[in-house]
Amino acid sequence: MIRFEHVTITYPGQTRPVLVDVDLRIPEGELVLVVGRTGSGKTTLLRAINGLVPHFTGGTLAGRVIVDGRDTATHPPRELADLVGVVPQDPMSGFVTDTVEDELAYGMECLGLAPDVMRRRVEETLDLLSLADLRSRPLATLSGGQRQRVAIGAVLTSHPRVLVLDEPTSALDPGAAEEVLAALQRLVHDLGVTVVMSEHRLERVVQYADQVIVVPGDGQPLRAGVPRDIMNSAPIAPPVVELGRLAGWQPLPLSVRDARRAAGPLRDLLVGRTPHLRPVPTKRRALVQTDALSVRYGATPALRSISTEVGEGEIVALMGRNGAGKSTLLNAIVGLGPRVGGSVRVGGRDPRGLTGPDLIHAVGLVPQEPGDLLEATTVADECRAADRDAGCEPGTARALLALMAPAIEDGTHPRDLSEGQRLLLALCVILAARPPLLLLDEPTRGLDYPTKAKFARLLVDLAEAGHAIVLATHDVELVAEAADRVVILADGEIVADGPTLDVVTSSPMFAPQVAKILSPATWLTVDQVSAALADSSDEPDEAAG
Amino acid sequence: MGDPRWLHPGAWWAWALGLAAGASRTTNPLILLLLIGAAAVVVQARRPDAPWARSFAMFVRLGIVVVVVRVLVQIVLGTSLGPTVLVHLPGLTLPTWLAGLRLGGDVTAESLLPAVYDGLRLATILICIGAANSLASPTRLLKSVPAALYELGVSVVVALTFTPQLVADVDRLRATRRLRGRATSGLTAIAGAAVPVLEGALERSVTLAAAMDSRGYGRRGDTPTARRRMSAGLLLGGLVAAAIGAYGLVSADSPALLGLPMLAVGVLAATAGTVLAGRGSVRTRYRPDPWRAPEWLVALAGAFVATSLAAAAWSDVSGLQAPVSPPGWPSLPVVAIVAAIVAATPALTAPALPAGATAARVERRTPLQAAA
Repeated sequence: MIRFEHVTITYPGQTRPVLVDVDLRIPEGELVLVVGRTGSGKTTLLRAINGLVPHFTGGTLAGRVIVDGRDTATHPPRELADLVGVVPQDPMSGFVTDTVEDELAYGMECLGLAPDVMRRRVEETLDLLSLADLRSRPLATLSGGQRQRVAIGAVLTSHPRVLVLDEPTSALDPGAAEEVLAALQRLVHDLGVTVVMSEHRLERVVQYADQVIVVPGDGQPLRAGVPRDIMNSAPIAPPVVELGRLAGWQPLPLSVRDARRAAGPLRDLLVGRTPHLRPVPTKRRALVQTDALSVRYGATPALRSISTEVGEGEIVALMGRNGAGKSTLLNAIVGLGPRVGGSVRVGGRDPRGLTGPDLIHAVGLVPQEPGDLLEATTVADECRAADRDAGCEPGTARALLALMAPAIEDGTHPRDLSEGQRLLLALCVILAARPPLLLLDEPTRGLDYPTKAKFARLLVDLAEAGHAIVLATHDVELVAEAADRVVILADGEIVADGPTLDVVTSSPMFAPQVAKILSPATWLTVDQVSAALADSSDEPDEAAG
Repeated sequence: MGDPRWLHPGAWWAWALGLAAGASRTTNPLILLLLIGAAAVVVQARRPDAPWARSFAMFVRLGIVVVVVRVLVQIVLGTSLGPTVLVHLPGLTLPTWLAGLRLGGDVTAESLLPAVYDGLRLATILICIGAANSLASPTRLLKSVPAALYELGVSVVVALTFTPQLVADVDRLRATRRLRGRATSGLTAIAGAAVPVLEGALERSVTLAAAMDSRGYGRRGDTPTARRRMSAGLLLGGLVAAAIGAYGLVSADSPALLGLPMLAVGVLAATAGTVLAGRGSVRTRYRPDPWRAPEWLVALAGAFVATSLAAAAWSDVSGLQAPVSPPGWPSLPVVAIVAAIVAATPALTAPALPAGATAARVERRTPLQAAA
């Protein structure tokens, strides 16, 4: 279906090609997963399939990309629109019209299909992706998962034979991600559509893939193969695979179901042992307290009577579906947003009364788009500005950054940094003022596994140094790694609040893979399991029985 | 009224332009305020709940600014006429090599009132445009645009939808400045947020362009180049002629030749060009808005306002021009009352909006980011 023949892609103004001599063959009806670190060229590979690279981005493409017999060299993206459907990373940014129904019809209008065909296909697609109830809704009012499904539907109506998706679930809560993946499964199995998608969160998708393509970056050759072979040797792997490797299970399980069937002996071996948890000081000062806090946007209540507190040295994860009020709560803690009732105390004071240095010495928030914090044109300027804002010694922010991300250069423009580097820069800018309370809104969106693991260790270090950390996140594996306590919000109310171990293991939605595999025993991470096994000096291999 | 549905956006524009044309014929503040009132009533009754539909208040504010600026210009630069001095300001006559302008000086009612009325007339026209803007969805309007103009239309619509997004971005980034302990209001805040906002907007438009391209926007059929050029020429020439004609029709003191004949020639040429270009287009339309009785009623209401006030001006009905010298309370001619009532009828004759367009839950936007 898709053939890459000796493809080398070089962007204008760069001396080294992004992809070198790529030779690939993707048969019809496969679900192909493209993995690799941020900036390795995954997106370039995906966009070359419909000719956006190089027709739209510029640069040169040596070799040939052929989709169903059409060469992208002679067919620009618009002439491939009936064959390849592309769903961009942020679906909202690709919407052209303003209601669901019109958006589904847009692509067909461009292709010039007859009105009765369009009408029929819109109805079919509404049913296929369970969008019928949303047909006349304005796109701006949809939730993240709904938007993603509309974006998929909008390209499906043209009946493409290839569907290309760039990180379709990375911004979604676990439930919405399931919805989207279920829809994709159905397309592959029922309609024979070829799906090519990239994704950082392997734990969500690897079990569905027929083929995995690893893009190692730096112009090294791609590796492609069936998921099991690739996962056996991949440096990045979801927890289920890592646990499988630790326990020496063969064949390597890719789904929780497979792993549970192999995990009997391991569960037996772990009986009587408990995971080693990071000790949290019990007697500690509360850094933030909210009492019956309520926030309302217009007529819509966003938070209803939230009472909680976070003490120093504690890492609290705030979870819940998109729109549950997580960001609103973080904003209220820094004194933003319309508060209609209750109180917030940060270090004993109302944050709304704090401004300037007083505020940033008390609490720091890294927003969902870390780039929003950055205004300067170089990294060095940004750090200097941060020192000035915080009134601390010149060089403080830069030194922090050098510690966390040594590779970043002074003269780089913040927008040219990778997603992870930008997050770390924003974090350093905030940390320069040494706020005892640190709030992070969805920090790991778009981060690859190695960066995420580093980030989790960083959070633990900060907590050991006495910072209180609150992070709003959908990432259950990050929560399992780092958080001491989990607060689950639903519809603006707290529905669960307790130690991570108790809260997540009892929830089917928020449980990490290791917990699902080893339940009813309560384990969260592969590290916990391996530490427990090492303590008793048992060889992991014996665990496999 | 009929079933709830979207009114054809062309009907809203016809109505609003009719009101604007009517307003351009009078300086009587009572009539102008009546027309603004009629537009506000209709907007209140039939405005959907969408980002682009919130612009009416902005246009009203813009109207107020126009009046204020017009009055200030009159006070500072205008010559004062008449005996009724309201305020004594220090005056200064510039030397002849600076055109002999007079700055400041006495402010008289006879010179101030025309300025107020003139400003109000311009404001009314703007507010009528604002009403059309918030009643007619730009993307639905695009559906009714002739195929030949479609690609031009898309760029306009994209620009239109980006403006509210830009405003939201500025708000968000200004709030974010608080997190760095910086000022969140004032000029420095806006200037500081400007660069990231523009960068964000640029990135978004590039993404949108890529998405549109990969969905088939701009696919060409196999129209011969010569025909494509001819249709484009006809279309452009026709539009220019129509614009000149429309100006001649609206402007009171232009040669008769500029008016109707020019407009007719222009419209004909543009139509021919459109039809020609439309034949070569691949695009089709999904469920285009129908043009039925309510559309006729709404469009005719606008046409009535325009023609009745134009006819009244032509036949010198007293009261269309407010007395300024000597200043006096304007009277209200019957024709204006009738016109204003007709102008407000779309509040009833236009069909109600479909469910979901008004009752939709508005996306909750926090100052920093939409709820995660």
